[in-house]
Amino acid sequence: ITEVCGAKRVGYFGPAQFYIALKLIAAAQSGFPVRIESIKNELPLPRFMALKNVSEVRYGTPAELHGVKFQVPHATLEKKSYKRTDEGDKQEPKSPPMSPICSPPASPSTYQRIPLSYGYSKSRSGLEQQHGAPYEVRHSTHQQDGPSSGSYGAKPAVACSTLNRSLSVEREQQDSSAHYSDDPWRITEEQRDYYINQFRSLQPDLNSFISGSVAKNFFTKSKLPIPELSHIWELSDVDCDGALTLPEFCAAFHLVVARKNGYQLPEALPETLLPEYLQAASLKPMRDSALFESYSETLPGGQQARDFSRTEVRRSEEVPDNSALLQDAKKDEKQALKVNTALKTIPKEFQHLTVKTAAQESNALRARPRSRSYSSTSIEDAMKKGEEPPTPPPRPQKSHSRASSLDLNKIFQQNTQAVRSGWLPPPPPALPPRPSVSQTEQVSEVELHPQMNRPPSQAEENSSAKKEVVLSQPPSKPARRKLRTEVQGLETPELSPTINVTSSLTAVKPHLPVQKQSSKQKRAIQTAIRKNKEANAVLTRLNSELQQQLKEVHKERIALETQLEQLRPVTVL
Amino acid sequence: QNYPLYIRSIPTENELKFHYTVHTSLDVVDEKISAMGKALVDQRELYLGLLYPTEDYKVYGYVTNSKVKFVMVVDSSNTALRDNEIRSMFRKLHNSYTDIMCNPFYNPGDRIHSRAFDNMVNSMMMQVC
Repeated sequence: ITEVCGAKRVGYFGPAQFYIALKLIAAAQSGFPVRIESIKNELPLPRFMALKNVSEVRYGTPAELHGVKFQVPHATLEKKSYKRTDEGDKQEPKSPPMSPICSPPASPSTYQRIPLSYGYSKSRSGLEQQHGAPYEVRHSTHQQDGPSSGSYGAKPAVACSTLNRSLSVEREQQDSSAHYSDDPWRITEEQRDYYINQFRSLQPDLNSFISGSVAKNFFTKSKLPIPELSHIWELSDVDCDGALTLPEFCAAFHLVVARKNGYQLPEALPETLLPEYLQAASLKPMRDSALFESYSETLPGGQQARDFSRTEVRRSEEVPDNSALLQDAKKDEKQALKVNTALKTIPKEFQHLTVKTAAQESNALRARPRSRSYSSTSIEDAMKKGEEPPTPPPRPQKSHSRASSLDLNKIFQQNTQAVRSGWLPPPPPALPPRPSVSQTEQVSEVELHPQMNRPPSQAEENSSAKKEVVLSQPPSKPARRKLRTEVQGLETPELSPTINVTSSLTAVKPHLPVQKQSSKQKRAIQTAIRKNKEANAVLTRLNSELQQQLKEVHKERIALETQLEQLRPVTVL
Repeated sequence: QNYPLYIRSIPTENELKFHYTVHTSLDVVDEKISAMGKALVDQRELYLGLLYPTEDYKVYGYVTNSKVKFVMVVDSSNTALRDNEIRSMFRKLHNSYTDIMCNPFYNPGDRIHSRAFDNMVNSMMMQVC
């Protein structure tokens, strides 16, 4: 096999040689003769008994390659998919031109943030190179723990000779700026759908929060040790409000999944798990796949990456340094940055970003009565009553055969279908006109916001305790349409818009939004929404402080009572 | 009942001395708490020059609404530290502490192992030293 794949000739196992070798091993194990042509057969996965990590390598035949995504949620973190475009070019890897490509993998330092287009460059005589070793290396750069990076650093050296835990590749050949690949911290489509379903099981409203206690029960079932869960929470709850929104929940779940599969937890939240990024990305699977191809790909994909890297830079200093925000200076900075990023990213995310801005500004602005967990009473009904551990049923099946993984694919197909059908209402054609409308608004909104901040806090606190702020795209479109007729303007007490929002949102219809809405009312409603959100945050913080005090008082009371008990026999005598 | 949830010192020699200092200053803090009947919302501070002047360092105290005490020992030779800075440092500590509280996996009364908190404290100490 070594000879056939060309390693002997070239003198080492580069990625190409490695892949061929593995494929030949599979061929040999299934009884095919060891020849180049046998790679073309559809082979079952090779079995490697000696490895302590039971991982599999999945080979795609050329027919399967184009446009197929090999995704299984937990398995994606374990598998490496090898894709080949042109079997005939297999002779190529043996040729010396491959060696300069293969030698870089040996140097970890060059792979800090290799753009994935490197891996996908077609210039390499049509043979897609999925660099096994660099992915391990890049993986190691994600691990900022000292010991783990050490161990992973050692691994690339042996990557060619052992099958490590490897990363999956989501395949979009047309997409040259391939964002979706080997990143263990990137959530794939099926994973996302799975997380969304789990979220839904805990909290039917996808745009609301999961409270801390609910989330705690949920994640405790994953049987990870508490300090690790604590750290995962710290990473994923970026606005530190004791509750998880959908993107935060996805990030947390993803981290749990990663940890269960053996990845070390990072020190800071990876860029791809940031809530804004996830919210942006989460909108994609909810459209048609056709639209997905055309719209999201052709959209500033690179721009997205740029912006998210910018927010990531902000975030990376923010997350470990969250409380160190000096209130005024950084808030303005953040505001400016967020306005910039908001203007450039896909229009649909505008609302999400500004609302996140609002949440963070509310964090920064107040001398914070900080929040603890949300009061559990409001979410009792949404809580799972302790059934089977949601560390999902598929997960225990670590030893995969292809059949079982295909079953999982089917399961997620169904889920995907359910999700897709549920989310299909927001019609794609509505998207392009929106940027022009909302773009101009956003800047003014953000400016309006700081002024709105202080006055309404008192009024809101009394009334908005029960109101939920809904941020979702589809419900808010028809909501705005209805509100246009109802809301007169900002002068009316802020309560009425909020009441209208909640009442109209209960009747969600997939209408085509009317694009010519008065921007003023839209702005009014969005500021109202933001105010509500802030008020919510304030109230929950107050609540948690009070609960803390209550706890202390309880303790004192218990102490006093025991003292009383001890003293009583003395007085009786 | 006044066990430490978190303790960190820079530089790390004489660490035991700082621990001892902190422990003794707890008495003063308790005294101040009991003296304050109302106006609990204030941020509080120990008076300066708490300890024998040869040691020339100052101890500041701060109590949260939930009776969690923060004690900070700083070098007197570091005259650049002013009251406002101390206050802001305590505010940062308080904010980080509440962030930890938000974490549902944290039981109040546990020792604090949060990496974010560590980072914040370290950066603050670096700033001062």
